[in-house]
Amino acid sequence: MQWETVIGLEVHVQLATKSKIFSGSSTAFGAPPNTQANAVDLALPGTLPVANEQAFHSAILFGLAVNAEIERRSVFERKNYFYPDLPKGYQTTQLAAPIVGEGSIEINTGTDNQTSRHIRIHHAHLEEDAGKSLHEDFHGMSGIDLNRAGTPLIEIVSEPDMRNAEEAVAYLKKIHAIVTYLGISDGDMSQGSLRCDANVSVRPMGSDTLGTRTETKNLNSFRFIEKAINVEVARQIDLIEDGGEVVQETRLYDSDKNETRSMRSKEEANDYRYFPCPDLLPVVIEQKTIESLRQKMPELPDQKRARFETQYELSGYDASLLCESRELADYFEQVAENCGDAKLAANWVMGELSAYLNKENLFISQSQVSAAALGQLISRIDDQTISGKIAKKVFESMCESGDEPDKIIAQQGLKQVSDSGAIEAMVQEVIDNSEAQVLQYLAAEPDKRKKLLGYFVGQVMKVSKGQANPGEVNRILAEKLK
Amino acid sequence: MSISREEIATTARLARIRLRDDEIDDVTSRIASILDMVDQMQAIDTSAVEPMSNSLDAAQVLRSDKVDEPGDKIAAREALMAGAPAQQDGLFLVPKVIE
Repeated sequence: MQWETVIGLEVHVQLATKSKIFSGSSTAFGAPPNTQANAVDLALPGTLPVANEQAFHSAILFGLAVNAEIERRSVFERKNYFYPDLPKGYQTTQLAAPIVGEGSIEINTGTDNQTSRHIRIHHAHLEEDAGKSLHEDFHGMSGIDLNRAGTPLIEIVSEPDMRNAEEAVAYLKKIHAIVTYLGISDGDMSQGSLRCDANVSVRPMGSDTLGTRTETKNLNSFRFIEKAINVEVARQIDLIEDGGEVVQETRLYDSDKNETRSMRSKEEANDYRYFPCPDLLPVVIEQKTIESLRQKMPELPDQKRARFETQYELSGYDASLLCESRELADYFEQVAENCGDAKLAANWVMGELSAYLNKENLFISQSQVSAAALGQLISRIDDQTISGKIAKKVFESMCESGDEPDKIIAQQGLKQVSDSGAIEAMVQEVIDNSEAQVLQYLAAEPDKRKKLLGYFVGQVMKVSKGQANPGEVNRILAEKLK
Repeated sequence: MSISREEIATTARLARIRLRDDEIDDVTSRIASILDMVDQMQAIDTSAVEPMSNSLDAAQVLRSDKVDEPGDKIAAREALMAGAPAQQDGLFLVPKVIE
């Protein structure tokens, strides 16, 4: 039987506010344990929460970016469950009246990223993060660090609109791009700034009723999300085809074993007994606040991509890759402005630069090669100071030393030889040493000659250590071999 | 009865309230009488009434996003953790949670 996969995602995004959602504690990552947890975060008796305005502004910006209705009046509720890293015994969250209503985003998949689809967003709400439990050996006990408790999150809940893991990853990448373009989150998945739960079910192809879903928790990298969904889909199909039934449950992805497994302990807690939080009044947002935030909206990924396609005449694929992160897009624009050759700038940023960043495991902000320096390097190709091949060599030196390309070209004597006298001498040397090839060339039909000429060009480039101007070499060779 | 014995037992477990088996029937009938009163109120047509989420007729005042922390964070942590039954390296220690 043919099966169809149905996926909905719940994405948790940590907001980049300075202080927590209900207290003045810092949200900075990496402080000594429990030094960023005050009496409110610890839920000591007699404390009361006071909501952070910036958390609302960030959520509203997200809502505007996904064309959602902003709820003028939103209400916090208590989601009750017991877990040691949740000091209050409930999570303050939103349920019936979330800040962001229905919206949608466009995702691109397939070869060349040219297939686009709308994924509906059911709503997005504000809530607080929990602390962290450490399960290393503390004499048979667990350690609790509450620095993260109370960090503001938006939880973005999609409709079950995705049909495979690739679409789920594309959706998550788009969410990541939107929140980082807006500057409302650092989007750093390695520090848990963006986490995802995947609701997955399967049904016979053509059916329009949903199968029983499972929820796979805490997926924190694009690669794991794709793998977790694929193994969970395979598990469900095997189960049904063997005559079994999918049980609605929470599962955990084990990346070491590449499998999902049931989290039975969470099952009983699924009755959260929500009720409106008596400690917090409804939050009312003025229309003028929404309008002033709308004015501050930066250019978003889809808009930037469209502009890159028209302004720089890039392909849709190139433009979409460059716009995956705001930093990469900004870097590309600076390189393009510096060298005036957008096409070449795009190739270098996506090619050599990305390869270098991947290899060294660096963010673009940590690159040894500045946009200005890469722009200068490309200019040196354009003005024929160096060939594209030598430029790669110069780029390697730039990555190591951080020096400017002009300095490296001068120091290592890499300037292209365009002097026709010098090239002529090299050409003559190659012809003198290649008697057999010369005879073959002269005997060949004119349309075959072009291919045979490549041999001589290669030899001359070898003699010149790659520094001869290829155009000149071709011209002089063709003349001498008449 | 508007609520069953099993529902009372489950709710008590979720709220970490220990009920002896011989207490459950009594608690069930008392909570049921409260719920019966709620049922009477449910019979009133409130479709034209805005749901109330707080008894105060006011909106939440929001705080600007500023960090407000003690100067000596380690000393503040010690003070806040003074009442914890077990701790190590600045962490609260709790009975092992296994996932």
